[in-house]
Amino acid sequence: MIKAILIFNNHGKPRLSKFYQPYSEDTQQQIIRETFHLVSKRDENVCNFLEGGLLIGGSDNKLIYRHYATLYFVFCVDSSESELGILDLIQVFVETLDKCFENVCELDLIFHVDKVHNILAEMVMGGMVLETNMNEIVTQIDAQNKLEKSEDQGGTDGSTGRWLSLRSEHEERLGVRRHFAALCFKAKLPCVSP
Amino acid sequence: MALKMVKGSIDRMFDKNLQDLVRGIRNHKEDEAKYISQCIDEIKQELKQDNIAVKANAVCKLTYLQMLGYDISWAAFNIIEVMSASKFTFKRIGYLAASQCFHEGTDVIMLTTNQIRKDLSSPSQYDTGVALTGLSCFVTPDLARDLANDIMTLMSHTKPYIRKKAVLIMYKVFLKYPESLRPAFPRLKEKLEDPDPGVQSAAVNVICELARRNPKNYLSLAPLFFKLMTSSTNNWVLIKIIKLFGALTPLEPRLGKKLIEPLTNLIHSTSAMSLLYECVNTVIAVLISLSSGMPNHSASIQLCVQKLRILIEDSDQNLKYLGLLAMSKILKTHPKSVQSHKDLILQCLDDKDESIRLRALDLLYGMVSKKNLMEIVKKLMTHVDKAEGTTYRDELLTKIIDICSQSNYQYITNFEWYISILVELTRLEGTRHGHLIAAQMLDVAIRVKAIRRFAVSQMSSLLDSAHLVTSSTQRNGICEVLYAAAWICGEFSEHLQEPHQTLEAMLRPKVTTLPGHIQAVYVQNVVKLYASILQQQEQAAEAEAAQEVTQLMVERLPQFVQSADLEVQERASCILQLVKHVQKLQAKGVPVAEEVSALFAGELNPVAPKAQKKVPVPEGLDLDAWINEPPSDSESEDEKPKAIFHDEEQRHVRHRQPEVDEEELARRREARKLEQANNPFYIKSSPSPQKRYQDAPGVEHIPVVQIDLSVPLKVPGMPMSDQYVKLEEERRHRQRLEKDKKKRKKKEKEKKGKHRRHSSLPTESDEDIAPAQQVDIVTEEMPENALPSDEDDKDPNDPYRALDIDLDKPLADSEKLPIQKHRDAETSKSPEKEDVPVAEKKSKKPKKKEKKHKEKERDKEKKKEKEKKGEDLDFWLSTTPPPATTVPAPSTEEIGVHAVTTPKDECEGSKREEPEDEDDDVEHDQERKSSRHKKKKHKKEKEERSKDKKKTKKKQSEREEATAVEPVENGAAEEEPIPPMSSYCLLAENSYIKMTYDIQASLQKDSQVTVSIILENQSSSFLKNMELNVLDSLNTKMARPEGSSVHDGVPVPFQLPPGVSNEAQFVFTIQSIVMAQKLKGTLSFIAKDDNGATHEKLDFRLLFSCSSYLITTPCYSDAFAKLLESGDLCMNSIKVDGTSMSFHNLLAKICFHHHFSVVERVDSCASMYSRSIQGHHVCLLVKKGENSVSVDGKCSDATLLSSLLEEMKATLAQC
Repeated sequence: MIKAILIFNNHGKPRLSKFYQPYSEDTQQQIIRETFHLVSKRDENVCNFLEGGLLIGGSDNKLIYRHYATLYFVFCVDSSESELGILDLIQVFVETLDKCFENVCELDLIFHVDKVHNILAEMVMGGMVLETNMNEIVTQIDAQNKLEKSEDQGGTDGSTGRWLSLRSEHEERLGVRRHFAALCFKAKLPCVSP
Repeated sequence: MALKMVKGSIDRMFDKNLQDLVRGIRNHKEDEAKYISQCIDEIKQELKQDNIAVKANAVCKLTYLQMLGYDISWAAFNIIEVMSASKFTFKRIGYLAASQCFHEGTDVIMLTTNQIRKDLSSPSQYDTGVALTGLSCFVTPDLARDLANDIMTLMSHTKPYIRKKAVLIMYKVFLKYPESLRPAFPRLKEKLEDPDPGVQSAAVNVICELARRNPKNYLSLAPLFFKLMTSSTNNWVLIKIIKLFGALTPLEPRLGKKLIEPLTNLIHSTSAMSLLYECVNTVIAVLISLSSGMPNHSASIQLCVQKLRILIEDSDQNLKYLGLLAMSKILKTHPKSVQSHKDLILQCLDDKDESIRLRALDLLYGMVSKKNLMEIVKKLMTHVDKAEGTTYRDELLTKIIDICSQSNYQYITNFEWYISILVELTRLEGTRHGHLIAAQMLDVAIRVKAIRRFAVSQMSSLLDSAHLVTSSTQRNGICEVLYAAAWICGEFSEHLQEPHQTLEAMLRPKVTTLPGHIQAVYVQNVVKLYASILQQQEQAAEAEAAQEVTQLMVERLPQFVQSADLEVQERASCILQLVKHVQKLQAKGVPVAEEVSALFAGELNPVAPKAQKKVPVPEGLDLDAWINEPPSDSESEDEKPKAIFHDEEQRHVRHRQPEVDEEELARRREARKLEQANNPFYIKSSPSPQKRYQDAPGVEHIPVVQIDLSVPLKVPGMPMSDQYVKLEEERRHRQRLEKDKKKRKKKEKEKKGKHRRHSSLPTESDEDIAPAQQVDIVTEEMPENALPSDEDDKDPNDPYRALDIDLDKPLADSEKLPIQKHRDAETSKSPEKEDVPVAEKKSKKPKKKEKKHKEKERDKEKKKEKEKKGEDLDFWLSTTPPPATTVPAPSTEEIGVHAVTTPKDECEGSKREEPEDEDDDVEHDQERKSSRHKKKKHKKEKEERSKDKKKTKKKQSEREEATAVEPVENGAAEEEPIPPMSSYCLLAENSYIKMTYDIQASLQKDSQVTVSIILENQSSSFLKNMELNVLDSLNTKMARPEGSSVHDGVPVPFQLPPGVSNEAQFVFTIQSIVMAQKLKGTLSFIAKDDNGATHEKLDFRLLFSCSSYLITTPCYSDAFAKLLESGDLCMNSIKVDGTSMSFHNLLAKICFHHHFSVVERVDSCASMYSRSIQGHHVCLLVKKGENSVSVDGKCSDATLLSSLLEEMKATLAQC
C-alpha cells in the first residue's frame, strides 16, 4: 500500500499532498515538514530509499523519492510495494505529467494542482496502484478533459490560453524555465517494464 | 442603481479562480496568512450562492488551501453539494475535495450514500470512475456496508476502466466491512483471469494485500497464482505475485519447492532489475521456510548471494541498498554464505550514503564471531568518532551494544575489553542512549562475577571523572551511565581499591545537578559504600578514621535532603538520621559496622524481565473470583473507581505494619514458613537471598575460575580498548601453543565452558578460542514451572485481523451483502445466489485449461483428482514437475499432509517415506540438468524407493475405499465436481431485455417471498422508466407502495444503459403455499436510442413453485428419526427412470433447486430434510438404483408433498 504521495519543492513548499490514511491538517503539515527535512539533507547521488519517517506509518514503512530539478516526488509505502517498482511509478507519473502539460515545469504544478490530482487518480487509487501504462492514463485524462470541455460549451474560461500566459509571466520573472521532466529521461532506471 | 454596482463587484469577486488565488498568495508573501483568511471569507460568501459553478470554484480553492494546512471541514456540506452536481466538471471537483478532507469522523458523510450510489450507476463511466476514486479515500463502515453490493455489480461492468476501479476499491470495502469478503470473494477470484490486464492486475493487487495480512486463507489460490506467474508477461503483476508467494511459502514448504525452479529461471532470464530483485527475495523466503539442512538448495542460496553481490557492487546506490537489505534476510538462516562477503559489507560501512551504512550495520550483526568481534567493533568505534550526525552515531552505538551482547554475550571472549568499550562510549556527547550503556554495564557486572573487580575500578574512575557530571547540565543522556556506575560501586564495594576516594566523589556538591533518579541511586549507594568502609576500618581498629567518615556523611548528606526530588529527599533524610545515630554510637565506642552492613547483606540476583508474567496460576485458584462477598450495590462504595480502592487498601496495610510487635511477627513468619512448606504451589526455589548467599549451594556449582593474569587488571588512566585487541592476539597465540601441549586438558575445560553458556553453534574456528576469563554468566531467574508460551505480542486492535476469514468454506445462507432495500421488502436477497451465474463461468474456464493438461498426464488417479477444479491444493502441491522417474508420483491428500508436518525429518516409518520422495523428485530434476554423471547412483536409489512407493500406494488405495463407505454428512461431498447450477430461471426475453428471476423465502415471514429479477439490457438503447406489473390472484399478491391500486405497476428503481444488467426485487404475499402458482405480468419500459424513444413491453408468467417456499434447514439424524417415528406425516413417492447422473450430483441438485439438506448418506441412499416457511416438515428418502431414482417423501401436508414431488420429478427427469 502507498500511504502518502507528496510533492514539494526545494524549499519544502508543498505542491501536492495526497494521504491515503486520514490525518488532521496539522499532522499532514508536520509530515510534509518532516519528510522534507529528511529528504532535503540527502546528497544527490545517494540511494532513493529512506527509512524512519517517524510520523507516518512505522517500521514497515519506507520513503521512496526522486528529485527532479526543483521538485521532490516522495512516496511513502509499506513493505508490500516493490521499491524499484515505485521508483518506476514515479517516473511514469512524471512522464505523464510531462505529456499532459507539454513540457511540464514547477509552475504547472503550482497553478494546476487539481489537474495533477486528476492525473494521479488515474494511477493510484486509495493507496493501490491502479494503472502503470502511460498511454492508458493519458487516454483517460484526455477523454475526461474532452468531456469537461463539452460541458463547458460557451464558457469563458479558455484555460489553456491562460495557462500559457502564466508560464511566460513566470519566465519573465526568473528568466529561466526548468523543465524537470526533461531530467527524468536522463535518469538511469531500474525499469519494470521490459 | 446601487444594487447593480454591488452585484457587479460581487461578480468580480467571484471571478477569482484557483489560479488567481495561487497568484494572490504568491504576491502576498509578507502577509500570507492575512490574505488567505480574507480569501476564506470570500469563499464563504461564494458558497452561499445558489450557482453551482460558483460553489464548485470555491470548493476547488478550498482544496488548495487544505494542502497548505487549512482546515476545511466546515465546508463539508458544500462539498457534498458540489459532488451532487450534474456536470462532470463540478462533480470531479467535489469528489476531489471530499477525498482530501473527509474521514470517518465527518458527520455529513452519511448523506452521501445515495448520491454515490447514483453516481456509481451513472451511464457515464467517468461519473462512476470519479465516484469510485473519491470513495476509495473516505469509505466508512456504513458506506462500505450500504454500497458493497453496488460495487460488486460494477466488478462485472462492461468497461474495463470501471471494472479495475471497482475491483481495487473492494479492498477498502473489505477493510471497513469484513462481512463482505466472503460473498464477494468468488467474483474477485474470477477477476484474476479477466481479459483486461489492468483489471487482472487490480485483482492481483487486492488479493496480495489481503493475503499479506492473513496468508493462510489464500493458500488455496496458490495454483491459480502459479499459473499466472508462469504465463503473465506483465512485470507489475509478476512482482506482486512473487511478493505474495514470499508471504505464502512460510506456511507451506511444499509450495516453496515448486517455486524454486520457475523463480530461478526468471532470475536468469529477466532484464528488469525490480523483478530480479523480488525473485531473489522470494527465493530467500522459500529457503528460509525449507529446512536449512537441505544440501540441494545450496545452489539456490549461492545463486541468490551471488546476484545480491552483483547488486551491492553496482554503482547504482538503490541497487546497493536493496542488495544489502535482501542479504540481511539470508543472514538469519544461512549466515555462512553471507559471511564470505564480509569484505564487501565492511566496505559498505564506509559508503557516503547513510541508508547504505545503516543496512551494512544490520548485516554486521550476523557476521561477528569470537575471532573477529574485537576487530569489527574497533572499526565501528572509529566510525563513531568520525560520525557527524547524532542519529547515525546513536545507531552505531546501539549496534555495537547489540553485536556484543547478542545471544548472551556469546562472542565476547574478554569482558574487560567490553567494559572498556562501554566506558569509551561514555565519552560520546549528546547521545540519547546513555541508559543503554548503563544497562549493559549493570548487566555485565551483575552476571559476570569474574569481572566485578575490574568493573568496579572502571566505574569508580567514571564517578571520579568530572566530564560526565558537567555534561549533565546540557540535558545529556550520557549521565545515565552514572546511575550504573554508582550502583556498581556501591553494591560491589568490597572490590573497591580506594573506597574513601569514591565516597568523596559521590558526595560532591556537583552531584546535585544530576537528574533525580540518579541522585537517588547515589544516596542509596553512598550508604552501601559507607557500610563497607566502616567495616574495613573497624576491622583495622581505626576508630578515628571511621568517625571521620561518619562526619563526612553527616556534613554532605544535607545537600540531598534539600533536593527537589521526592525520592532523593526521602532517602537522604532517612539515611541522614541513620548516620547520626551511628555517630552517637561511635562516640560511645560501640562497634556498629556489623549492623550497618547487615542492612545490605545478601546478593541481588538478576530476574528475567518476563518472570513475573510467567508465574503460573496455581491450580484451583481463580483470580477473577471474589475473595469476600462482593460489596453490596450501595451508593458510595460502588462509585469509587477500583484503582483508588486498591491503593487505599495498600496504604492502609503499610501504616499498620509497624504496630505489630516483634514477637507477633516472628510467630507469623513461622506460620507462614510452615504453610509454604506444605503448599505444593509455593515457589520454593527462591529462598531468601541472604540464606542463599550463606549456604551457597547455588553458587558453588558455578566454578569461578582464576582470571588470566596476562591481562592487566587495571589499565592506568582511561582504558583503551585497543590495548586489549593486541593483548588478545598475544593471548590467543599463546593459547594455540599451549593447546598443542595440553590437548586433553583443554578438552575438559571446554566442556565446562560450553555447559555454562547458552551457546548456539559456534563456528569451528570459534571453538578454538577460549575466553580470557572463564566467565560464569548467571542466568536470569525464572519462576519454577514458568509457562513457556510467548503470546504477548498479538494486537487485538489490528484492523486486518477482522479479515482473517476462511474463504474456502462454502457460503452460508446468512452471508449476504446488504442490498438497497426496495420499499418494504424486508427479506434481503442473497447476492450469493446472484453469484451463481458467475460461478458457472468460473468453473468452466479452469476446466478448459485443465483439458490441455490432461493430455500430458494420463494418470488415472490424477484425472479423478483433477476435476476438483484445481482447488485441491494438496494435490497441486504434491504434483511434481514432469516426472524424473517413471513411477507416477502417488499423491493424495493424506500423504500430502504428512509432508507438511515432516518436511525435514529424515524419518522412519513407511508413511513418512513419501515426502522425502517428493524432495528427491525435485532433486532429480535439478540434478539431471547439472550433473549427469551421478545418474547411476540415483538409479539404485530409485529402485529402492519405488518399492516403497508401491507399498504406500497400496495402503493408500485401501484407505480410499474405506472413505467411500463412510457415510457422508453433507450433500457437498468432495469426490466429484458439482456441475454449475443456477437458481435463476428465465422469465422472459425479447430483443431489448432479458429477465431472469429467483424466489427467496425467509423463515421470518411465513406469508411473504421476495422475487429477485435480473434485468439485462441486450440492446444498444438506453432503457428507462421500467415498470413491473402483475395480475394478482386471490392467493398471491404483489406488494405495492401504499396508496396505489392493485392495477398499478411497481417502478424498477434503476435505469439500464446498454449492456448493463441489474437486479430488482419485489415482494409478494402468499396465503397458502401447498400448491404452485403462476402469475401473469408485464414489464413496460421506454427504450431510447439515437433515433428517439419508444415504449416497449414484455409479458411474462411468474411461476411460484412449492420448492421456493422451502428453506434449507439442517437436521440431525436423531431428530430426523424422531420426526419419522412420530407418525404425523403423510407419505408419497415417485420414481424416475433413466437417470445417468451420479448420485452425488443428484443430491446436490435436489439440495440446490429444492432447498433440501442431506441428513445422512450411506452408499447410494440418502435421507434429506427441509422445512417450509409455514413450518411444514418435509422428509425424503432418496435411493438410486442402476438407472433410476426413487424418492419417498413424508410431509405434514399431503398436497404440499405431492406438489413438491411433482417438481422434483421434473428436475430429476432432466438428469
